[in-house]
Amino acid sequence: MLSNIGTSLVGLVLILSFLIIYTATIDINTPTQVVKKSIYKLSLFQTTFTILIFFTLIIGFINSDFSLMNVYENSHTTKPFFYKIAGTWGNHEGSLLLWVNILVIFSYLFLLFNNTHDKKYRLYTLIVQNILILGFLFFLLLNSNPFNSIYPIPLEGLGLNPILQDPALAIHPPLLYVGFVGCSIYFSAAMASLLSGYGGKLFARSIKTWVKISWCFQTLGIIVGSVWAYYELGWGGFWFWDPVENASLLPWFAITALMHSLIVLEKRNTLYFWVIILCLTTFILSVTGTFLVRSGILNSVHTFASDPSRGIYILSFLSLMIFSALIIFLIKYKKETYNFNLNSREIFILANNWFMVFFLATVLIGMLYPIFLDVLTNIKISVGPPFFNIIIIPLVVPFMFLMAVGPKIGWIKSQNKIFFKISLLILNAVIINLFIFYFFGKYSFLSNLIFIAAIFLILHSILDIEKIIFNKNKTELPRIISHLGFGLLVLFIGINHQFSIEEDFNLKVGEIKKTNNYVINFENIKVKESKNYKAIVGNFKLTNLKNNLVQNLEPEIRIYANPETLTYEAAIKTKISSDLYLTMSNVSRSDYYNIKFQNKPFMIWIWISGLMIALGGFMQLILKKNED
Amino acid sequence: MKISILKIIIFSVIIFSLFVFWRGLKINNNYDTKSLIGNKISNFRLIEINDNDQYISEQDLKKNKYTLINFFASWCAPCRAEHKYLLNLSNKNKKIKIIGINFKDKKVNAINFLKDLGNPYNFVGKDTDGKISILFGAYGIPESIIVNNQLIIIKKIIGPIDQTQYNEVLELTQ
Amino acid sequence: MKLKNFSFIIYFLSLVSLHSNNNKTELLEIYKNLRCLVCQGQSIADSNSDFAVTLKLVVQDQINTGKTKDEIYSFLISKYGEWIVYQPTFSKNNLLLWALPYLVFIFGGLVIYIIVRKTKRNKVN
Repeated sequence: MLSNIGTSLVGLVLILSFLIIYTATIDINTPTQVVKKSIYKLSLFQTTFTILIFFTLIIGFINSDFSLMNVYENSHTTKPFFYKIAGTWGNHEGSLLLWVNILVIFSYLFLLFNNTHDKKYRLYTLIVQNILILGFLFFLLLNSNPFNSIYPIPLEGLGLNPILQDPALAIHPPLLYVGFVGCSIYFSAAMASLLSGYGGKLFARSIKTWVKISWCFQTLGIIVGSVWAYYELGWGGFWFWDPVENASLLPWFAITALMHSLIVLEKRNTLYFWVIILCLTTFILSVTGTFLVRSGILNSVHTFASDPSRGIYILSFLSLMIFSALIIFLIKYKKETYNFNLNSREIFILANNWFMVFFLATVLIGMLYPIFLDVLTNIKISVGPPFFNIIIIPLVVPFMFLMAVGPKIGWIKSQNKIFFKISLLILNAVIINLFIFYFFGKYSFLSNLIFIAAIFLILHSILDIEKIIFNKNKTELPRIISHLGFGLLVLFIGINHQFSIEEDFNLKVGEIKKTNNYVINFENIKVKESKNYKAIVGNFKLTNLKNNLVQNLEPEIRIYANPETLTYEAAIKTKISSDLYLTMSNVSRSDYYNIKFQNKPFMIWIWISGLMIALGGFMQLILKKNED
Repeated sequence: MKISILKIIIFSVIIFSLFVFWRGLKINNNYDTKSLIGNKISNFRLIEINDNDQYISEQDLKKNKYTLINFFASWCAPCRAEHKYLLNLSNKNKKIKIIGINFKDKKVNAINFLKDLGNPYNFVGKDTDGKISILFGAYGIPESIIVNNQLIIIKKIIGPIDQTQYNEVLELTQ
Repeated sequence: MKLKNFSFIIYFLSLVSLHSNNNKTELLEIYKNLRCLVCQGQSIADSNSDFAVTLKLVVQDQINTGKTKDEIYSFLISKYGEWIVYQPTFSKNNLLLWALPYLVFIFGGLVIYIIVRKTKRNKVN
């Protein structure tokens, strides 16, 4: 029954979307400046029913209604309640439904909140957005319907991958989708702007908030994903330049560039066509990322079950999107005059865009090159972390200098004063860096530069905060917090990378391993039974030779029944100064256990810095709201 | 004029990329080392499973028209399934000599395995830590490599030998 | 000024807890660069599979006999193909891969230079 309700509702929303496009098209040509009331009503209905569809699926999961194929494939009666709900969007079809929801909700909200803007522009946005919605709805109905039914109804489900049963992973997709899919609205708005001729400052003001919202959620989504990978995947890392991770990073670079360029567009009425390009590119990148990840064309640690038929559909949709955007852009393109104040931060915003495009291109090239090479020459290569690190990291150094210096230009009257201040801060940064270098361990020349640049950015930001406390002028605070967060992030990642201790060895129960800094005693093993798994828990006593601190760590090997999976749960002790990380796995056909032990300095500060970056963005949204 | 060239370039790049994506969907994504075919195997020294003083090296393979090197273990279920094909090959085809490499196994278990199922091997070597398998570009068991008397790899079978592959081996070693 | 000094002190104090060593051996670096071929996107450093364990032994052996990491990579590439190393080789095949990002960077720089020049010209007029 749920199957029929669900599919019917999808059909209903499909019809509503057509109606909206139809009514909007007619209303565009009417002379009034007011959008017809019926269009608002249709959008409201569309939103309500779409959310209802989502709830229908959630109910299916909560009730373990196995008449729905999707629930059967991804759930199980013994799964904890919270994860039954989270299972709704933890699979391909359900997550697609979430996409549609966000597309529809943003469509309606954009219509509502833009009522001070040009009518034609708003209607075109609605039309384009609904074409996107239709595309996804057709995909849903024809290929990935979460409401497909099975008969006879199975008594039990196939369960959900236990790795996905984690609180961070439950919120990670929704956060990320608000970012990924949220950028659809300014894709549509950009097309609308081209079609209606409504551009410049007013256009910038119209999409500004939406860009910021998608940026904040994208940033948060990426961080939560990394936190999850660290705690769940058992290798102690948090970023692997894996295709799925890269797919989330591509739009992030574009949105960051866009966010900065909007400042210039709003202030100077320049860079309009570049802003349009960014708006169009961001959502195109989102869909490209989805294509690469869900079609099975790329090999990844965290793929959904892939299926080439999905690939064909998404590729067709992507092609249509790219060609229509490109054609409309080329038709409407006009040469711009550039109207910058060369002594201001605007030039540095250009620099930001320059670096963002570079980072974006690098990640994109790294992802796509193996595919191209394979298709054209049948040679298979891997492009992994070393490639991305070698190319990106050196350029983060000048990037951070520009981040620190850029926003200040134009505020300080004399050139000499700037020069003196900057030199003083660089000197301070160099001294601090040398301190670390001599007392804590040697590292490469590049790492020196990274530390110096990061500390420079941090010091600048701290000084800026001081100034704000002095002046009581809060407008710059969000920007400073985000920039400070970025500097801290790079610094802590650098320290973490340089000073981590990693050990990999085999032990039998009862044996002791001595390393330079620790004594690790594999005390015993016990079996633990839990709701949907059985675990072998190892008890390890760790003695820190430097300060004689003793800690107990209990990593687990978990055996899940539905589906039959083996997972390795790391034992992680988080402290302010470092994390202790221990995983244990059994060596086949032997009494030995393979132990991986890591001491990771400042791990929690990496998360805090990342959150700080997102916090700056959220602060901006809230502060601006209070102003209006 | 300048803009038109730019437009053509942009369109071509996009069409080309989308075409590559489309083709990319069709290619086999599972990586295997079939590309090894045509390469010469490296030098190795394989110690006999029962006798630490007895060993063979790549030089010994030059004496055979064809050699099939088979990685197996007593604890490996698919190895049991493919074993009959190895026995058939050792009986029927005099041109092909079969060498077994016992992978990460205990001697007692391996010998019992061969007692139970029959011994198709001219020589059984041991690879207790698995390092020899890497020399041959293997990455799991069962795996079989066929080399000729020039020590060139002419066929690689990843996973257990089935009827089709058995027939192919017979044809190849006519 | 006070805030700056304060933050310096916090920073220095926190550094005291760091271990003063670099345990980043070359071995670990090599492990991280080799793909576990039977896993879904893990290096042999991170994987617990049989293949990873065996490959680690082989790498250790080779290091002990004095081979350099490039020699080890070449050896493994000859056995398993370029797919096994995460860092793409600097070969003719991969020339475009390594060069393109920098070309994009240079191109971006050029664009900015042109924009700045045009702006200056507009100001003059």
